[in-house]
Amino acid sequence: MIEAFEILFTASFWVAAIRIASPLIFATMGELICERAGVLNLGIEGIMVVGAFAGWLTVYAGGDLWFGVAVAALAGAAFGLLHGTLTVPLGLSQHVVGIGITLLATSLTYFTYRVVLPEVTSPPRIEPFQPLPVPLLSDVPVLGPALFNQTPLTYLAFATVAIVAWVLYRTPLGLAVRAAGENPSAVEAQGISVTAIRIGAVMVGSALMAVGGAFLTMSAFNSFFFEMINGRGWICIALVVFGSWRPGKALLGAVLFAAFDAYQVRLQQLTGGAVPYQLFLMMPFVLSILALVVMSRRAAYPKALMIPYQKGER
Amino acid sequence: MRLEAKPAPSLAVTLLFPVGAVVATLVISSLLVLAAGASPFSVFGLVARGAAGSQFALLETLTRATPLIFTGLAVAVAFRAKLWNIGAEAQLYAGAVITVVLGTGALPLPSPILIPLIMVAAMAAGAALLLGPAILKTRFGVDEVVTTLLFNFIMLLFVSMLLEGVLKDPMGLGWPQSQKVIADAQLPRIVTGRRLHYGFVIAIVAAVAVWFVMKKTTLGYEMRAVGHNPEAARFAGIPVNGVLMKTALLSGGLAALAGFSEVAGLKGNLTLDLSPGFGYTGIVVAMLAMLNPLGVVLAAVFVAGIFVGADAMSRAAGVPSYIAQVMVATALLTMVVAIMLTRFRVRWR
Amino acid sequence: MSAPVLRIDNVTKRFGPLMANDSISLELMAGEVVALLGENGAGKTTLMNILFGHYVADEGVVEAFGRPLPPGDPRAALEAGIGMVHQHFTLADNMTVLENIALGTQALWSWRLERAQARKRIRQLAQDFGLAVEPDRMVSALSVGERQRVEILKALYRDARVLILDEPTAVLTPLETEALFGTLKMLVAKGLSIIFISHKLNEVMAVSDRVLVLRGGRLAGERATNATTRQELASLMVGQEVAAPPVPPVERRAALLALSGVSTAPGMGGSALEGVSLTLNGGVITGLAGVSGNGQAALAALLAGTQRLLSGEMRVGGAPVAEWSPRTALANGIARIPEDRHAVGSIADMSVTENVISERYRTPRFSRHGVMDWKAARRFANQLIADYDVKCPSPDARIRLLSGGNMQKLILGRALDPDPQIILANQPTRGLDVGAVAYVHRRLLEARARGAAILLISEDLDEIMSLSDEVLVIYRGRLSAASPRGSRTVRELGELMAGHGLEGATHAA
Repeated sequence: MIEAFEILFTASFWVAAIRIASPLIFATMGELICERAGVLNLGIEGIMVVGAFAGWLTVYAGGDLWFGVAVAALAGAAFGLLHGTLTVPLGLSQHVVGIGITLLATSLTYFTYRVVLPEVTSPPRIEPFQPLPVPLLSDVPVLGPALFNQTPLTYLAFATVAIVAWVLYRTPLGLAVRAAGENPSAVEAQGISVTAIRIGAVMVGSALMAVGGAFLTMSAFNSFFFEMINGRGWICIALVVFGSWRPGKALLGAVLFAAFDAYQVRLQQLTGGAVPYQLFLMMPFVLSILALVVMSRRAAYPKALMIPYQKGER
Repeated sequence: MRLEAKPAPSLAVTLLFPVGAVVATLVISSLLVLAAGASPFSVFGLVARGAAGSQFALLETLTRATPLIFTGLAVAVAFRAKLWNIGAEAQLYAGAVITVVLGTGALPLPSPILIPLIMVAAMAAGAALLLGPAILKTRFGVDEVVTTLLFNFIMLLFVSMLLEGVLKDPMGLGWPQSQKVIADAQLPRIVTGRRLHYGFVIAIVAAVAVWFVMKKTTLGYEMRAVGHNPEAARFAGIPVNGVLMKTALLSGGLAALAGFSEVAGLKGNLTLDLSPGFGYTGIVVAMLAMLNPLGVVLAAVFVAGIFVGADAMSRAAGVPSYIAQVMVATALLTMVVAIMLTRFRVRWR
Repeated sequence: MSAPVLRIDNVTKRFGPLMANDSISLELMAGEVVALLGENGAGKTTLMNILFGHYVADEGVVEAFGRPLPPGDPRAALEAGIGMVHQHFTLADNMTVLENIALGTQALWSWRLERAQARKRIRQLAQDFGLAVEPDRMVSALSVGERQRVEILKALYRDARVLILDEPTAVLTPLETEALFGTLKMLVAKGLSIIFISHKLNEVMAVSDRVLVLRGGRLAGERATNATTRQELASLMVGQEVAAPPVPPVERRAALLALSGVSTAPGMGGSALEGVSLTLNGGVITGLAGVSGNGQAALAALLAGTQRLLSGEMRVGGAPVAEWSPRTALANGIARIPEDRHAVGSIADMSVTENVISERYRTPRFSRHGVMDWKAARRFANQLIADYDVKCPSPDARIRLLSGGNMQKLILGRALDPDPQIILANQPTRGLDVGAVAYVHRRLLEARARGAAILLISEDLDEIMSLSDEVLVIYRGRLSAASPRGSRTVRELGELMAGHGLEGATHAA
């Protein structure tokens, strides 16, 4: 019993927690941007798959790691453009388009994988990002390695939160994005194109989602395999709600969630085979549903979320 | 750019755009085939032959279509009421689990009693599974897309747990699979020597029944009204929450029948790979059919044909069979655009 | 002769088969207040939307300060000095006044939103123009009048030289309307030119220098305000005199619905009812006047069945009401004409037939044992189409294709067909042209003659005063005493609407 608590004080636990949180942070920020602008992006799961594959493939083909990240982001943005074009000016159902994009992105990825690597049995590996310790800070007990001995991509994830928060709340562009999600006619009446803002937001958000996927193949692990994303995208949608559409709170949610995930792995090891491992694996998903229920009651959601905007309709 | 509502279009136009969607899908898929180093014409030819080029192929296609008809109906029913049931996969497995629990010898009843009993129980299980997200939606305003999706993952893990535990086949050489259902619980084959079973017939009957409900009953009217405009429906006196609950029951039940049908008619037992995504493919089937129950049968056969044909083509031409999923996903997106174009004109100014 | 600040030259705009603007030309001179007068549907808002860049004209040119305006570009219009206060406010509720005003005024690529500067400027403008507003308040906390001031400030912040106001007094009390006119005078004194869209003759006469009348998409006439009369303008607006239907003397019958001390829970948006008592008698039209947001929505929802009472008692036909829902309301003989025919009164993508049976599809006439009788439904739809003179392609056409007036007639028919005892008419003529308005009034008066009790909720005081046998004013969820027909002036009602004399719950009989 005591061991169950002692886990919380080990550095390795928190290192794992932050590592697990990193892809969630990217993808949650990405979805948050989309939803703040008024667009629900259910393509997140598929876009993460695309990002994971595109980034990995670029490195496998000889590119350097950061170039791989850039390619992943671009691939994500491309799907974001598709999503935005279908849902914003054409006003198609955000639910259906999102699911369609997830199906398309995933199947396209698997198809391309099989075309590019037809005969492999075990997925080939690349040299991923290595941990980059920050001098002095990484020597602090427990939190030191957890926060300051991670790969550069993790540092980028945290930086992304700060950037997103700054842009949303302290720049004219962020103001326009938030207004687009609250009352698009207010945006249009001030001479800004709602279509441009929303499509732009979805593209940027999708790029971030793809980078989140790329984290898995380029930082957490070092190869791409099917079923890699395994529902993380959907969990990020719950995390956006849990964070009340605010970057700081969403970051907290992602870290808490990842800590829980890291914890259940270790708890599993502790209990041996007494409890079926599937129950542990179920917990993240159950937790997400609980988070949604708890937070939905105080929903401070963007008022124009999922409502398509018809220009000139009065 | 804006959209302008069109007056009711002729039947010809209503069909023109969906056909256009199919054409667009073929064109895009051709590009992928070329990228894979094969000739689109030969590949599509192989797919077509693999889907319907022989009696064997055609029956395989119909066999593959059977669960898709059920999940397609489940999604069509739900989407009509704007209940976004993305959890057909979990509901399918719920039906499969019940089929195995009741059909592997626990109930020594004759076929005419046992099979309907299992069907009803399976439907109840699927319905119960969708009821949860439906209640969360009506009571707490939780978006059912995410909850039903998350349930899919939970259910798969649950099935895995059962197959390694309570439902494990003692004679199964250690593989996680369930026992086989008894003969009385099995759906007989329609054509001896082929895999097509009476689940297909049940599926057709279900499609006709759903069509009747949607078009001719008060429940169908209520579902459509709620789907189009819940606020106006509520104002008119339609019990919106009650209708959503009934929709959830019907939709979950239909998806569960897919699981029942696969176990009792095709596989005979439950394994983790019982469904290669039938629940998700059901969404595409429903959208291609424009949520029309009778159209679901056609769309299911069409999609099944693509998958069956692609499998056969892949063995012959080496193009990865994932091309089928790409085609199907592309068809979904182009179809959604096409449906919109039948109702609205795009005006640039 | 100075050049016009604004010139609209032969502008034409079509929406499908509808000709919304037909070769319209007008000029605005500096320092003028020009009124654009016309009934609902005449094309006024469309023309202004073209001016502002929300729409692109099919033909014609717009010039501002001598330079042609690039079409379809609100940003260009704003930069040319044109500001618009839309009929439906373009404000984001969950953001502050400052954020709403500053939106779009700083370069999108700038890395910093200059809040302090914006705040200072807003305060300065507010002081200069007498538009008191606190920049850091949430828009959701503002009253309607305050929101309108924010909309005007938005335009002034962007150095508007021309201000367009689209039906600005539709949501204001008479007192607030006077305050607005004062603001307009001050704006003109500071050098702005104003276009004022309205369908209210007395306001047009009070505030404008010149009047342009639109009818059916065309310019029907142009007059200097001090050289014309109400009658002349009215006939230009409508083409011929449409006589208001005569109102026979009231024949009061038994009380059909009574509320005593009823309070409701605070709902979304508007306020709740607080200790309201009222009686609706057969044969009587009771008019409810008030600024929107003072509890009308709660009262309407209560009668419609979509809201339950929290305390107090409601009696329908003498018997107290236990279970309450839209279905029970309908079963108790209450007919409802909802405020919003598009969002609540109809289901846009369903057919006319499916819409007209929405309240009665479970009755034996239209269904048996859960199976629908679509033939009977279609017969009913055809009957309504004929009886209520509805123009529609077929009973199977989607209802969204009908014009506002025709849709309202169908909703009226659906409500009145079962010969209801109690009728709730909530903004029944909003957005309708004069012909349709007269039609609706006639039908309501017919129902009154048949002995129905009618509650008329309307923002149009003229309508309330001409139709009602007695007028109640609602303010912050409380009702005034009833004023019999003709016993109070507009000004007196306006004061009641603003809350003077309504402190403390009063009884209305």
